Amino acid sequence: MSLLKEPDFGTPARPGEATVELLVDGVAVQVAPGTSVMRAAKEAGIDVPKLCATDNLEAFGSCRLCVVEIDGMRGTPASCTTPVAPGMVVRTQNEKLGKLRRGVMELYISDHPLDCLTCSANGDCELQDMAGVTGLREVRYGSGVDAGANHMDLPTDSSNPYFDFEASKCIACSRCVRACDEVQGTLALTIEGRGFDSKVAAGAGGSFFESDCVSCGACVQACPTATLQEKTVIELGMPTRSVITTCAYCGVGCSFKAELRGDELVRMVPYKNGGANEGHSCVKGRFAFGYASHPDRVLEPMVRDSIADEWRKVSWEEAIGFTARRLREIQAQYGQGSIGAITSSRTTNEEVYVVQKMVRAVFGNNNVDTCARVCHSPTGYGLKQTFGESAGTQDFKSVDEADVILVIGANPTDAHPVFASRMKRRIRQGARLIVMDPRKTDLVRSPHIEAAHHLALAPGTNVAMINAIAHVVVTEGLVDRAFVASRCEDFEAWETFIADPAHSPEAVADTTGVPPEEVRAAARLYATGGNGAIYYGLGVTEHSQGSTMVMGMANLAMATGNIGRRGVGVNPLRGQNNVQGSCDMGSFPHELPGYRHVSDDGVREVYEKLWGTPLLNEPGLRIPNMFDSAIDGSFKALFVQGEDIAQSDPNTQHVFAALGALDLLVVQDLFVNETAKFAHVLLPGTSFLEKDGTFTNAERRINRVRPVMAPQTGKQEWEIVCEISQAMGYPMHYNSSAEIMAEIALTTPTFMGVSFERLDQVGSIQWPCNLEHPDGTPIMHEEEFTRGKGRFMETVYVPTSERSTRKYPLILTTGRILSQYNVGAQTRRTANVAWHPEDILELHPHDAEVRGIENNDTVALCSRVGRTTLRARLSDRMPVGVCYTTFHHPVTGANVITTDNSDWATNCPEYKVTAVQVDLLPTSVAEAREPAVVGDVR
Amino acid sequence: MSRATVPPYVRLANEIAAQFAHRPAADAATAIANHMRIAWDPRMKQALIAHVEAGAEDLDPAAALAAQQLQAAAK
Repeated sequence: MSLLKEPDFGTPARPGEATVELLVDGVAVQVAPGTSVMRAAKEAGIDVPKLCATDNLEAFGSCRLCVVEIDGMRGTPASCTTPVAPGMVVRTQNEKLGKLRRGVMELYISDHPLDCLTCSANGDCELQDMAGVTGLREVRYGSGVDAGANHMDLPTDSSNPYFDFEASKCIACSRCVRACDEVQGTLALTIEGRGFDSKVAAGAGGSFFESDCVSCGACVQACPTATLQEKTVIELGMPTRSVITTCAYCGVGCSFKAELRGDELVRMVPYKNGGANEGHSCVKGRFAFGYASHPDRVLEPMVRDSIADEWRKVSWEEAIGFTARRLREIQAQYGQGSIGAITSSRTTNEEVYVVQKMVRAVFGNNNVDTCARVCHSPTGYGLKQTFGESAGTQDFKSVDEADVILVIGANPTDAHPVFASRMKRRIRQGARLIVMDPRKTDLVRSPHIEAAHHLALAPGTNVAMINAIAHVVVTEGLVDRAFVASRCEDFEAWETFIADPAHSPEAVADTTGVPPEEVRAAARLYATGGNGAIYYGLGVTEHSQGSTMVMGMANLAMATGNIGRRGVGVNPLRGQNNVQGSCDMGSFPHELPGYRHVSDDGVREVYEKLWGTPLLNEPGLRIPNMFDSAIDGSFKALFVQGEDIAQSDPNTQHVFAALGALDLLVVQDLFVNETAKFAHVLLPGTSFLEKDGTFTNAERRINRVRPVMAPQTGKQEWEIVCEISQAMGYPMHYNSSAEIMAEIALTTPTFMGVSFERLDQVGSIQWPCNLEHPDGTPIMHEEEFTRGKGRFMETVYVPTSERSTRKYPLILTTGRILSQYNVGAQTRRTANVAWHPEDILELHPHDAEVRGIENNDTVALCSRVGRTTLRARLSDRMPVGVCYTTFHHPVTGANVITTDNSDWATNCPEYKVTAVQVDLLPTSVAEAREPAVVGDVR
Repeated sequence: MSRATVPPYVRLANEIAAQFAHRPAADAATAIANHMRIAWDPRMKQALIAHVEAGAEDLDPAAALAAQQLQAAAK
């Protein structure tokens, strides 16, 4: 399509029915109460000139360009700040208004460079547009350098890697400042000075890079001139066409307009109609796409007989033939169950579906697992047990109606920033916040945000804490008895279990480290404060009791009636863009698509008929089981789709031993990643800009991923899988990814109404989408739970076996930082390394002091399984006895440290609890440490 | 047997058993066996059964009972 410019209504929409009727330039229009005159005019098809107004920001009324006349009102009020009234008669155009507007424009232009023809915003500048709209023909005060006092010699701030701030072009409309405040919620920008000296400043007047700016791009998007402009637009020129697609980073799944000039991607702009993000973005989705064209990309297949050999570039035919032949040879030698595959949460639903189909129908086993194993597999287990469906209950927008928000083991401002901005907006409106996390995350206290309660529990004690909260609810009479009686089962047994004094906040205080009165206050707030919504992350799941904790949260939501309507629910914040989708598509070794167990004869029959082959009725190997079986010799070949298990999975030594024991490792990826070092075949993959398919985000929203450019490798990833299957003797062929989705819809009840055609019509659909819910299901379990009655589960707290000792006295917990993503394969190949060039160990000043460690010292980090070195940062965000690092850089190899402890139900690794020691390294040793390899960055 | 030498299926079985330790032994064994039926690859179940037949070293008694239930069901 040509360049898509969404309509701008000037001010935000107001909720409610359109009951207020008015006349604008003689045109009758009905709008909701509270709507601005400017917006009403736009809805009547009339554009009122404007500069400081845009419809994702509240009206500001500073530019005075939008003045109108209204019968019965004195003067010429600003249409952006004037709300409509019944019977109002508005005129937006007459000679007087035109003169006023030209006067305003004269003042603006007198202090603005007249370099339109060479300006990067030429053709996309609202100031330029308004000069035309208002009919400006002369500037009486002079213009450009001939004018009097002006701001045209202000310097340009180019410190941000992705955008420039050209202060000389600023019209001080405050849109950037307000976008940072209202949309992003970081409040990094301000207007410094007064009157003529007013100017936009980042933080305390330093550069953008040095400020608190998180580079979300909201200010760039809001800027009506070239003042804040993407460097790519400055370098390449204004884009000419758009493709609507979906971000490939976190589980928020933001919709973007990929804007191109010809075939060259110029910029990614968040799409206002995107259901998940509604026009907002973060630094990764907005700017960090350069990895897709990075010179490290592997574009040709490569093969080698042994991992000691050099790679040989080969034809697709040879690579596919080699892969198929070796897989069949290994099966002939070691048995049908000796091979398997791992699917990726970074690939599309269609790509995942064909891999699991290859495993079940072609390999003839169920040895397929997904990287969700190491993040949210406990979510699938816990929510299925209690609610009957392995998915979050709400859409993101639901948080707009939450009164109490309980964030558990999640750091959304870093890991799910666009949802965090939405959540922070609700908190600024008055919702109360409870944070359950060992660390003092940004949500605990940051500008205009403060948690009512921070339950800074000891790592590994989540279940003790959720049980204590539930104990308070039960013993203090806070149970929603009507909800429980009508909607749930097994309550009485659970009530008896949880009411046991052993679960009281006082009884578990020594375990959790949280004062009982704080727990009681938080429990009362959640149970009685109105709509209570739970949002959680990997700080819940990545524990040896991850599944128990998920069930504990579900118990709490059911007991308080906080499920089945807007503003409530239990909501996993998924780590990667398609975690939900990869799980939905049958990636687990015990479940066919739609979370149906392989032992279900009826379900298997559906696929056996369609695929023309019998399917096994026993579960296959999970990822950790694959590693164990590789080491014991019963598992010999693995196909890994878009996942760097050598870096991301715990206990690196164990993973290396397993990968090294394989006879065949096939890696399908963009880069020669850490896993590929053990591989025999490397099949180049496609970036999200080349894919054609769908992603499903954390709110079950299925979004289209549209190809912005042709696959640089010449093949879609699903085509490669089909060709391997065919070479192995099984006919698998699709003409398009749309055909794969058609098969998914045909066989998976929750996807029954989904098709590319439908998605192109409506934008996105939240599953279940079927006859009962033809338009999808934003909120689940409204009338009844998927399993009928919600089931209370007893959640016994079984402490992890990983304990701090005299040898390893600290507890390490790992996670993400805003600018980097997962193992960093993508973000390390972008300019995001400017913010995070290496993994850092955060530890409390007290723990540092007793070890003689100061900021930036290089330290050794050791656990019972491994050792690495990294730099230290002292931080009172950490509690005493707990340290934290990220796993974005292979040079650090944080997972050298983590153990193979895992969730009892799903084997999700216990990344969040590892007993460690930290030692200061002598200077001579520290200097020998090599910095992170970041490659050629853009 | 040290932690490092405990076979993975024994370690995993013990971790499952710990979750049901509060239940009567027979109930716990049934719950453990059901979980293994849902989630375990046949080779892991067979290895556990063989481990029980070989003396069940380091294995939680409820897990051993679960393995016997799996064995009985397989016959």
